[in-house]
Amino acid sequence: MMNGQQKQKLFIIISAAFLIIGLGLAGYLLWPRPTWSDEEVAQLRSLWLGSLPALPNDPTNRYATDPAAAALGQKLFFDPRFSSNGEVSCSTCHKPELSFQDGTPLAHGVGVTNRRTMPLVGVAYNPWLFWDGRKDSLWAQALGPLESPVEHGGDRTQYAHLIAQYYRAEYEAIFGPLPDLSGLPAQAGPGAGPEAKAAWEAMAPEEREAVTRIFANMGKAIAAYERQLLPGASRFDQYVEAVLANDTEAMQSLMTPDEVAGLRLFIGEANCTQCHNGPRLTDNHFHNTGVPAAPGLPEDVGRALGAPQVVADEFNCLSQYSDAEPEDCAELRYMITEGHELTRQFKPPTLRNVDDRPPYMHAGQLATLEEVLEHYNSAPEAPAGHSELEPLNLSEAELDQLAAFLRTLSGPVEAEPQWLEPPIVANSR
Amino acid sequence: MSTVNQTTTFAETRQPRRFGRLFRWIGIGMAALVLLALVAFGAMVAWMNYVPADLDISTSLVTDNGLYRASYTPQYEPVPINQIQSWTLHLETEDGRPVEGAQIRVDGDMPQHGHGLPTRPQVTEYLGNGDYRVEGLKFHMPGWWIVEFDITADGQTDHVTFNLIL
Repeated sequence: MMNGQQKQKLFIIISAAFLIIGLGLAGYLLWPRPTWSDEEVAQLRSLWLGSLPALPNDPTNRYATDPAAAALGQKLFFDPRFSSNGEVSCSTCHKPELSFQDGTPLAHGVGVTNRRTMPLVGVAYNPWLFWDGRKDSLWAQALGPLESPVEHGGDRTQYAHLIAQYYRAEYEAIFGPLPDLSGLPAQAGPGAGPEAKAAWEAMAPEEREAVTRIFANMGKAIAAYERQLLPGASRFDQYVEAVLANDTEAMQSLMTPDEVAGLRLFIGEANCTQCHNGPRLTDNHFHNTGVPAAPGLPEDVGRALGAPQVVADEFNCLSQYSDAEPEDCAELRYMITEGHELTRQFKPPTLRNVDDRPPYMHAGQLATLEEVLEHYNSAPEAPAGHSELEPLNLSEAELDQLAAFLRTLSGPVEAEPQWLEPPIVANSR
Repeated sequence: MSTVNQTTTFAETRQPRRFGRLFRWIGIGMAALVLLALVAFGAMVAWMNYVPADLDISTSLVTDNGLYRASYTPQYEPVPINQIQSWTLHLETEDGRPVEGAQIRVDGDMPQHGHGLPTRPQVTEYLGNGDYRVEGLKFHMPGWWIVEFDITADGQTDHVTFNLIL
């Protein structure tokens, strides 16, 4: 049996041992690790711009890689005559100097939309277009705003006349001869106001088809132009290259410890890569993340409405205006078309250049990156449907680190300079 | 002399007892802290562990009731994420004969997430020699996926689950 003194000493020794073990473990858990594990390096590589494959062909658009179509598409993109008031072009909301978006919660054409303008850099990699994926090709997307009463506000027959009047030579060099449009009404279209709609219904089927064909070709030219807008390397990409090269000096000079900590959270505890994965930091799929309803706007159920819309779309992959064979249309044929989980699902945009593009979410509900990160941290319930988010319980400091990391994702647009400005139009207004 | 000794002895017995209790509580506190740290560490490792250990990721398996051997060949290797793709599923009986005219249902999930497949893949074509084309598969996240086939042929049904780490 030990006496008091011996017990005392034993306690001191045991306590000291536990203290050392405890401190050691705490140190291991809490000390920031300067290196990445093999699994983490694989994740970084998957987010790296170098992992972005070459732009795939679009089988629905046989003109997608035609340089003449891209040149014509650029002219159409910047031409405000293709609108009801002569003042709205694609570039009105997709401003080249703002990463091809407009920096406002909602878009302002001839009227105001219910949703945020989406960015266009790298857009050609998207299998689905719009927040709800209601279009399944880049050219079909371009046709939506052109006939939307609050965006361009015009109609396809008006646009066919404009093509004949101002772009005949260029159009015919790409798409073949224009039909004779002289007998057609000045304005007629299926989605337009009641007069234009009545005029459209009074047209013969062959006339409607001829006009729609011109309209579809406009979209294909615009898409050929938009394919030129690709993401350039950001500081994050340079950092990943340094990691892959095991160049710790370069790593340290490229990203601060806070930014690295934010990156570690991004691929780890904060679960961001569940949706923001791949080299464009989006999975191009649909998710309900409990984004709050925008006050004053009608209910927005996202993919729940977008899915049946794309299935019924006049210009989808399986339509007569698509250049694709049915076997090229796997995304459309095997998509999930219905189900409660589609309610308020939206497509995550790319996070490249995210810092340049406040406000955020489908109606610009969150004004800053800080608000976005607060949202993900607290994971509020969705106004409808079921949010995929779980509260993250990150500290303020950790949220700041995430924001710091997100800022490293900014880079230039990778495109030849002529695509980044309005074109010089020979026979302008 | 003896008085001083007694005082000293008294002092020795008083203070060491107080110290003894204090050390005891420090010791218990330290032990509890270390235990807590060990538990937290273990939980963190388990949670951060993407994949269960010893997961069978082979592309060729015998079905659950032993009726068929099922193997798949993906369209792209390694299997990419965020890319719609088709697989060829090959079915044969235990004695190596190709299974013809099977009705096959496709399903799947990420067991750690429970969101199911992001698409509705289907078996669309029999290619002969026990080969079936499975179209419309897509995996939209890295991690542990399962792809399941329910196979009915000659009035019998069986099931197989393939694991993938993407």
